[in-house]
Amino acid sequence: MLHTINKSPFQNSALESCLRFTHEGDCVLLMEDGVYGAIPGTAKSDLVASALGRKIQVFALGADLKARALKETIDGVQITDYAGFVDLVVENKVHSWL
Amino acid sequence: MSEESKKKIMFTVRKPPHGTIYVYEGLEVKLIMAAYDADISVVFMDDGVYALKAGQDTKELGIKGFEATYGVLVDYEIQKVFVDRQSMEERGLTEEDLLVIGEDEDTEEPIRPRMVDSAEIAAMMAQQHNILSF
Repeated sequence: MLHTINKSPFQNSALESCLRFTHEGDCVLLMEDGVYGAIPGTAKSDLVASALGRKIQVFALGADLKARALKETIDGVQITDYAGFVDLVVENKVHSWL
Repeated sequence: MSEESKKKIMFTVRKPPHGTIYVYEGLEVKLIMAAYDADISVVFMDDGVYALKAGQDTKELGIKGFEATYGVLVDYEIQKVFVDRQSMEERGLTEEDLLVIGEDEDTEEPIRPRMVDSAEIAAMMAQQHNILSF
């Protein structure tokens, strides 16, 4: 199962809700404004950190991180590119948390 | 078509009603899909639970509203309607606040969406062929 998040965790509850409905082995891809959920040292960093602790794989789209000058990500977050995005979509059923 | 061979399609509804067209459009799509004999389930979560609050009066907004349509979902063979317990509790809603989606053929008792926990919803998600979000 792949969950995609494209909104900042400071803007709405998509990331928080999504993580409540995920379990071990699920993948979460942070993209567009969703990548703000992948950076350390914010009030929302614990969301992703605890998901990683539950063996949920978290990906962030590199192009979106770069575009927002976000250089650091939470330990364990995997940076991916558009080809990786496509692979994730092919390998999983997708739910977009719009 | 047997129950097993039907395409399993889940709709998630996470937006409140009336502020945007999402909930209304989602309902239209559900009815269309149901006509194609798919195995439809619908889950209301986050602000989407507000779409299920009984007693919506949209007259002064000048729009038709959809509570009446929700009232006959069961007649359209859409019986798997679930609502996330935590989202309800966070918003001060209880089962009695929920609108009716049809009535039992035999007993004529009203049928309401079923409150479920997030773990149960996650398990249902994993079984779907497709999940569409509104």
